[in-house]
Amino acid sequence: MADQTHADLIVIGAGPGGYVAAIRAAQLGMSVICVEKRATLGGTCLNVGCIPSKALLNTSEKYHEVASGHLGDLGISLGKAKLDLDAMMANKDQIVHDLTGGIDLLFRKNKVTRVTGMATITAPGQVSVSNDEGTTTLTADRILIATGSEPSSLPGVDIDEDKIVSSTGALALPKVPKRLVLIGAGYIGLEMGTVWKRLGAEVEVVEYLPRILPGMDAEVARKFQSILEKQGLNFRLSTAVKSAKANKSGVVLDIEPAAGGDREKLTADVVLVAVGRRPNTDGLGLDAVGVTRDERGRIPVDEDFETNIPGIFAIGDVIPGPMLAHKAEEDGVAAVEIMAGLAGHVDYDHVPGIVYTAPEIATLGKTEEQLKDAGIAYHKGVFPFQANSRARAIGQTEGFVKILADAATDRVLGVHIIGHEAGTVIHECATAMAFGASSEDIARTCHGHPTLNEAVKEAALAVDGRAIHI
Amino acid sequence: MSIEIKVPPLGESVAEGTIARWMKSVGDAVAQDEPVAELETDKVTLEVPAPAAGVLSSIVAEAGATVGIDAVIALMEEGAVADAPAKAADAAPSSQALAPTTAPAAAPAPSPSPASADHPLSPAVKRLVKDNNLDPRRIPATGKDGRLTKGDVLTAIESGSAKAAAPAASSLTASAPVSSQPPAVMPRSDNPREERVPMTRLRKVIAQRLKDAQNTAAMLTTFNEVDMSKVMALRSDYRDVFEKTYGVRLGFMSFFVHAAIHALKEFPAVNAEIHGDDIIYKNYYNIGVAVGTPQGLVVPVLKDADQMSFAETEASINAFGQKARDGQLTMDDMSGGTFTISNGGVYGSMLSTPILNKPQSGILGMHNIQKRAVVVSSSSGDSIEIRPMMYLALSYDHRIIDGREAVSFLVRLKDMIEDPRRLLLGL
Repeated sequence: MADQTHADLIVIGAGPGGYVAAIRAAQLGMSVICVEKRATLGGTCLNVGCIPSKALLNTSEKYHEVASGHLGDLGISLGKAKLDLDAMMANKDQIVHDLTGGIDLLFRKNKVTRVTGMATITAPGQVSVSNDEGTTTLTADRILIATGSEPSSLPGVDIDEDKIVSSTGALALPKVPKRLVLIGAGYIGLEMGTVWKRLGAEVEVVEYLPRILPGMDAEVARKFQSILEKQGLNFRLSTAVKSAKANKSGVVLDIEPAAGGDREKLTADVVLVAVGRRPNTDGLGLDAVGVTRDERGRIPVDEDFETNIPGIFAIGDVIPGPMLAHKAEEDGVAAVEIMAGLAGHVDYDHVPGIVYTAPEIATLGKTEEQLKDAGIAYHKGVFPFQANSRARAIGQTEGFVKILADAATDRVLGVHIIGHEAGTVIHECATAMAFGASSEDIARTCHGHPTLNEAVKEAALAVDGRAIHI
Repeated sequence: MSIEIKVPPLGESVAEGTIARWMKSVGDAVAQDEPVAELETDKVTLEVPAPAAGVLSSIVAEAGATVGIDAVIALMEEGAVADAPAKAADAAPSSQALAPTTAPAAAPAPSPSPASADHPLSPAVKRLVKDNNLDPRRIPATGKDGRLTKGDVLTAIESGSAKAAAPAASSLTASAPVSSQPPAVMPRSDNPREERVPMTRLRKVIAQRLKDAQNTAAMLTTFNEVDMSKVMALRSDYRDVFEKTYGVRLGFMSFFVHAAIHALKEFPAVNAEIHGDDIIYKNYYNIGVAVGTPQGLVVPVLKDADQMSFAETEASINAFGQKARDGQLTMDDMSGGTFTISNGGVYGSMLSTPILNKPQSGILGMHNIQKRAVVVSSSSGDSIEIRPMMYLALSYDHRIIDGREAVSFLVRLKDMIEDPRRLLLGL
């Protein structure tokens, strides 16, 4: 246990929201104690989320490149590809280990005191932490709840992280399943689904809605589904999963059409449940202290990120908003800046959404559906990567860039990209939109040649009907 | 409901003006306080704002008409929405528009500020401003930190409010209105090798006042030269600290303004005015500083300049300079001067004879600083040195300022510039 038991700020949770908030608070001169129940810092993101999944997405893609024989077309011949899953997992684990260790160093550099254990708020300004060594009481002027979220499940489906796994278990399967059924066609599920598909599994996706990637631009979702189908994933949309039961040989699922109808049975070696996440707000003692939660277990906060109890704040996945690591980071910085008396602000309209499949998807701002529902007149510019010379040069021609701009002012309202490195390419639009740029501003900015970003410039030209390369 | 648009009060002793141009046409929508016409008077060019939001229904006084205060120049209907503007052009692309999202009568939703001069213009804004010959400083900005967005410019184009270089934007110092009639002009046939251009009202007024000053005062000019080396050294030593402390550059004008004030205190006739048979001596020091603009020379006045610090003097001069370039000087800015300083040196003038700014009795002309070989006397004898020299000119009204006073005034001013420590000690 740390010697220090009092600080200006106690942050509960060392995920991207918590650790970033802790470091920023320390930069602003606050004394900070950060309590984390895991042995390693970094929360879901570093340990069982963003980082390990991106590592596996990378290695599985490389494996697939070799295994598919595609390299032979390029004049590179190899023997038959062999997969050593243990080595692949060890590589992922090493990356996670290095990064979580890095957060440790950052905490030390910024003099953030770290305490390991389960935290309970016992009174405003008071946190009780229990671990193997016992229980300690910490006190602070302010408490910041950054406890993140957990994968949720469906009634009738019990996650055992063995045969019925959440994203956590999916990152550590001991062997490649012959048949993987993915419940839920959101971005987490699809990322992990494509990992195992590339490594050799047969993947079937069962989704309740009539479309994949809920919330994303409908055209993007439709086009991406075709891309995944071409990659060999099977989709059962508008289908509800009533139950999933593990047995000695695998899992049996009971499914039926979402609108009602005859039941069907599916079998799988492994079932991945990716139907969403719920906030981690149980066990914090919130009811006893009087912190209110909504019907989904989230903690409502005001624009200062303060809960209904003065001195208790919350950020990240536990509060309403997109459950994304970078959104949690923005929350964390804004919250502590406001505590320090500075102006803190998060621009929730411009939080990028990125899906790290191959090709990637990146979205920012409004979808066409949102604009139509709001009655906002817009112009649309689309440019396919087929017409982008860099994409052709490296053989990554799937996808397109779509820019939506206000019909009257030309202000860019939404950008949607499917393509290689979409998650990187979109950031020029994030900067532009932060300044209220028009599509013409992007079109008139010099873009290096030959780059994938030129597709963004051309899509911006296309808004005005004057794309050059198509 | 019909509303009259009337000529607003035009300022001290100004009874009438001329409609220079209409910025709105019959049928155009106008926002409340949006300028609808430009009115020229002897002193300033004013914008006449719409008293309410609505539609301009008829123009009563056409461009070129002379109108008195309170005269009705146009009528408007309150609140009526305009027909779709005829000149939609690139301001409103057509397809997929469910409803126009920026009606000309509606003000932009986030409260617009005058475009911040500090931010570079975005590519689209640059293009629009150039294509439409607009002045970006006159467009309300709603972008981040006061930047202009493309939408801001499109809105300004639609409302026609941001044209650059209004025909006659700036003005002159306050004075009695022009009294004499122009002499009768002999007719003359047009020669194809000549171009006849009517004088703008402003040009006519400037011409009249210059002649008036010459015809009234017994005007002559006395000269001297000043060694700028000590002021330049002082500036060089303290320029950075000054700028850091006050956020404004230390120029030469504050030295000359304050040296002039000391000299005016010592020779009060130079700060005085003839009124009928009386001489009015003024115990305040409103120093006019002449500023050149594309439309002509204007002289904003530093009121009670003796109360200002050097930093305040420099800041005020800068602010007036900007206002003058924007055509935003008001009559109040330019009235009440007791003495004027004009710097022809910025244009390269070596020596000149400024004309008095009626009804003032003195005007100081500054000129360019030129390195010259001069004889410097010291205890060890005379030597020739290279010094940065400026010729000074004082034009004065000999009716109340005699030669000795004028010369001594200029010598005192020269002494204070040549040894700035005198400014500190009031010597």
